[in-house]
Amino acid sequence: MSIRILRPGLLMTVQDLGRHGHQHVGLCPGGAMDPMSLKLANALVKNDVGAAALELTVLGPDLEFERDTLIALVGAEFETSFPINRPVLVAKGSHISISRAARGARGYLAVAGGIAVDPVLGSRSTYLPGEFGGIEGRVLKRGDVIPLAEDSEKLSLERFGALKHKRGNSVRWHVPTITVPDREPIVLHALEGEHFGDFDANMQRAFFDTIWRVTPDSNRMGYRLAGPVLTRSKKDEILSAPTCLGTVQVPANGVPIALMADHQTTGGYPRIAEIASADVPRLAQIAPGGTLHFARCGLDMAAELRKDMRERIEGVLHGISGEYGK
Amino acid sequence: MPLGDCAVYIEFSAALDLEVNSAVQRLATMVHGRALPWIRDVVPALGGLAIHFDPDEPSVHGDAFAAALNVVSECLKEGLPKPGDVLRTIDVPVCYEPEFALDLAEVAAMSKVTVEQAIALHAASDFRVLMIGFAPGHPYIGGLDGKLSVPRRATPRAIVPAGSVAIANDQTVVYPYAISGGWSIIGRTPLQVFDAERQEPSLFAAGDRVRFKPITREEFQKLSK
Repeated sequence: MSIRILRPGLLMTVQDLGRHGHQHVGLCPGGAMDPMSLKLANALVKNDVGAAALELTVLGPDLEFERDTLIALVGAEFETSFPINRPVLVAKGSHISISRAARGARGYLAVAGGIAVDPVLGSRSTYLPGEFGGIEGRVLKRGDVIPLAEDSEKLSLERFGALKHKRGNSVRWHVPTITVPDREPIVLHALEGEHFGDFDANMQRAFFDTIWRVTPDSNRMGYRLAGPVLTRSKKDEILSAPTCLGTVQVPANGVPIALMADHQTTGGYPRIAEIASADVPRLAQIAPGGTLHFARCGLDMAAELRKDMRERIEGVLHGISGEYGK
Repeated sequence: MPLGDCAVYIEFSAALDLEVNSAVQRLATMVHGRALPWIRDVVPALGGLAIHFDPDEPSVHGDAFAAALNVVSECLKEGLPKPGDVLRTIDVPVCYEPEFALDLAEVAAMSKVTVEQAIALHAASDFRVLMIGFAPGHPYIGGLDGKLSVPRRATPRAIVPAGSVAIANDQTVVYPYAISGGWSIIGRTPLQVFDAERQEPSLFAAGDRVRFKPITREEFQKLSK
């Protein structure tokens, strides 16, 4: 069972929820840039929420399906030849076409049974800098054949059969996109970083007042933010120290970088801020050229944001499982 | 110091201190050994350690920071293992021939020693891995003989070949991948520094003792297979 890539789109990789427990040897967890959308896509085809799926970036692929396959595309609002944010049964031998994302940056295409590549260090995620995981550790290209579970067709037909409220090869409902912004600039809540106090009052104000623009050289490792140049008042050398998903660091050129899924585990640049963990998936949905600003928050607020995100996701997951007759 | 809402960085020294560094590594091993369900990663760094956690795991009762600090103080109270008890020695074969040692002649000239003396000084230094970071498996190794202390190169190379052994200031590194780097390259090891398919992916761990062993071109070719 497989999917063949007729046209690869911009940056398509295999991703799941990443590999944890290796940061002490310098390997970040990686995984889906927007894990919330990945979870919803998997739930729509009745997979475990952490199953491996295809992560699409800004411009989607054309794909050919060898067998009947139940799929769901969740995340950015791609222009497609099929309805998104809901389960769709694709007939064997047929093609689907996914073009530009009108809103958002990343989409997750889940298939019943998941993408069946071998796990590396407990995950199927592609880690591009290390060239492992996914398919040969690389971006997918034209002609690639993506392996699916052996029982993918059987699972697809069974699961589609179990769905209530069908219409044609899909259903009469869809899930909301939780992380894709309606408008920009988006607001990201940020905690003060360890070196926030090393920036003077004007720089601190500029950080929170500026509408930052995501630069074109942003990628899965980090987002560079164009705006005023930030300079640290203290000049002493900073000892390299651990970083985190969502750390905003300021290199010597003054252009802040927000660390994303494939970030380095340590860094010697001043850390001006830490984006609240619940807001990082929303940043992943901002394409190069998109805008954002930072709102100051504390740990209590960050906890509230996580709770809110968790409740929204659980609500949608509950609704989906109801449609599968439970 | 909170590192966002899912991690904490506990700093013991803002400057590099080898004794603190060694204690941090043993502390990290101890915290890691507790295998607590809410701890995702324990990362020893040069002067402190980070604990990455799930802040919403029920057993931390909504305050993972307090729980993390508590684990650390418990471990400190219990007493860290002695350095000798946990020391591992990693022998790293290095070919210092000119085709691999792109900057060795320059380093020797700056240090006012011969190339042979520079090799001998590097191979005789008593090294410790201070931290893994920058890239998977990439070790920062301290203990380089002061005579070889050269600053970072003014212009970093866009691509440094994988396995390159390089020096800057009083440290040495081994590049796990072909990546950009600004250190002076003085040799290359045929060993794979990081291999995700290996049982233990990383050749080095923080705290390891490292010895560099000069090898010939022929030995390099043989070991590369």
